[in-house]
Amino acid sequence: MRKMRMNQAVATALADEMRDNPDVVMFGEDIAVAEGPFKTSAGLLKEFGSSRVRDTPISEMGFLGAAVGAASTGLRPVVEIMFIEFIGVALDQLVTEAAKFHYLSRGTVSVPLTVRGSIGAGLGFGCQHSQTLESWMYSTPGVKLAVASGAHNAYGLLRAAIRDDNPVVFLEPRALYAKREPVQRGEEGIIPLGQAATVREGSDVTVVALGAMVPTALQAVEATSWSAEVIDLQTLVPYDKGALLESVAKTGRLVTVEENPLTGGWGGEITAFVAGELFADLEAPPVRITCPDIHVPYGKELEQRYLPGPDYVSAQIGSLLDTGTRPPHWWESQEVMA
Amino acid sequence: MSGANASLDRRLHLKSSRPARYEAMFEIRAFEDRVQAMFFEGLVHGTTHTCQGQEAVSVGIAAAARPTDKVTCTYRGHGHALALGMPPLTVLAEIMGRRIGSVGGLGGSMHLCDMSVGLLPTFAIVGAGIPVAAGAAVTAQVKGTDGAAIAIFGDGAANIGAFHEGLNLAAIWKLPAVFICENNQYGEYSAIHLTTPVENIADRAASYGMPGEVVDGQDVDTVEAAVAGALARARAGEGPSLLEMKTYRYAGHSRADTAPYRPEGEFDRWYERDPINTYRRRLIDDGDLTEEEAGRIEARVTARIAEAEAEASAADQATVEDMFTNIHAP
Ligand SMILES: Cc1ncc(C[n+]2csc(CCOP(=O)(O)OP(=O)(O)O)c2C)c(N)n1
Ligand SMILES: [Mg+2]
Repeated sequence: MRKMRMNQAVATALADEMRDNPDVVMFGEDIAVAEGPFKTSAGLLKEFGSSRVRDTPISEMGFLGAAVGAASTGLRPVVEIMFIEFIGVALDQLVTEAAKFHYLSRGTVSVPLTVRGSIGAGLGFGCQHSQTLESWMYSTPGVKLAVASGAHNAYGLLRAAIRDDNPVVFLEPRALYAKREPVQRGEEGIIPLGQAATVREGSDVTVVALGAMVPTALQAVEATSWSAEVIDLQTLVPYDKGALLESVAKTGRLVTVEENPLTGGWGGEITAFVAGELFADLEAPPVRITCPDIHVPYGKELEQRYLPGPDYVSAQIGSLLDTGTRPPHWWESQEVMA
Repeated sequence: MSGANASLDRRLHLKSSRPARYEAMFEIRAFEDRVQAMFFEGLVHGTTHTCQGQEAVSVGIAAAARPTDKVTCTYRGHGHALALGMPPLTVLAEIMGRRIGSVGGLGGSMHLCDMSVGLLPTFAIVGAGIPVAAGAAVTAQVKGTDGAAIAIFGDGAANIGAFHEGLNLAAIWKLPAVFICENNQYGEYSAIHLTTPVENIADRAASYGMPGEVVDGQDVDTVEAAVAGALARARAGEGPSLLEMKTYRYAGHSRADTAPYRPEGEFDRWYERDPINTYRRRLIDDGDLTEEEAGRIEARVTARIAEAEAEASAADQATVEDMFTNIHAP
């Protein structure tokens, strides 16, 4: 297995799918000639030509809409939304058009569309270029949603997303683009949507994370006196209910770690589901570790404070195991706020 | 009307037969009059947007397009659906929420679809179908077919961002697309001049470097010729066009709207150029139709609509099970 940076893994997945299927096309801003602002389409224009790899004007509604039209008439477009925030000006096409075409055609139209977007804080881009917006997508029936946590599953999930006959939003944490990891290429490297990955086995607590919070969670549970099982959800819609139940039935404790404001984040959905199914098996209340309900701040230190970091995640889980009660969020403590 | 291609059979003769165009326009008028009445009678609920007065636009487009071309249109779509070939029964049944409707009764009046005639799911969001049509044209371009895509939208839609983005994209990619603005003089309750600073929306084509043409939308043959010309250009790889059909919406915007905001005399002036009455007179003058033939067509259509209503009324409503279907593609 070759080691790759996550952006190389994305470009490789795109290239492999485009070689396999002539219907795969790409639209996005500066993706062709410039090979992508994050170099996620390196080499694609050269290999596949300007009919299939298309630079677009700065028209998210226009090119996402065009991708919906292309997808429903026989192509398999992949659209790049440079920063996920930019989907705000195009959201209609995803939520109200693409998501509903299959339903509104009595199943005669499908929309095999992949919308890739870079997400997340940590690079000092300020609050309009640092959100994950996962929670915007996960309550739209008809759309699937997967999030990469590294080069390995960026490759595998993206290929699965492109092959899926539904609109799939595929989110790529910007902070991970430069991280290198061994990647399994080819058919064996494809990771089916809807499957979580148990990235570390353990017995005392189940830690569920997504995207950039997966490496954070893994770091947090290293070298502790307790034993954590870490689950990378990988796909948020539909999420792997079986894997969650199996793990929590074993550990009796559930912690979610997400890069979102607390209110409306997916951790609420996951904890409500697991608690509803396994109430009697739980030895402690489910705990959510999130960002506060504020905007992503700019300064380096503030931005790191905003994000759940490994030490904080570790401390929260340790406190849960010690006390059996929900530890307060850091911003709930008087000292911190003073 | 039976078999898999019933929809296409209906459309076949529009290309060459003027009486067929007359019949198609008369059918739309009769259909819409009945739908509007049914709304008032409580037989149709929710909302309806009828298109009386705009029939020549629908039929002219359908006469020029091929069934393999892809069409996007709006919630004011009954007329386009019928002209493109969808049988009155499947359209009316959809409006009535019946399982035999074109979307199984789950869509309603604003949501029709029949891919066998090229009609993508119709759009209830103003402007949304414009970039989608551009994308359908990308498919034709990438696959190297001689297909084209047609976006049909209102005058009001010419002021939403999707119009600008869709036309600009189609122009720089030289897509085989035809953008057709049905300027029926109103967006909901607002007259066009209150929302749009230019006299002709077709003039906006200049800013996308594409041809723009004002077309008499009350004359089906003129509409057909204009659309055929734009489609030929698209198929020849010369890129998209913008056609503005000047037309008029006889009914209110939707539901029970009686259009009290219209100035005195405006309706009468447009009605003098009613697309169906004028065409009937012209066909008779030109010897393409006799008074008797016209009468037979009208009786046949009236019976067809009544039959469709009887059959749709007797059909089952969509079920609870139905509403769980087709959320995701398998
Ligand atoms: C994005 C959006 N905004 C507002 C509406 C509400 N709306 C429905 S129809 C309409 C008027 C559109 O006018 P026009 O484009 O001229 O089409 P017409 O109804 O005359 O055929 C409006 C404002 C909508 N459906 N979508
Ligand atoms: Mg209008």
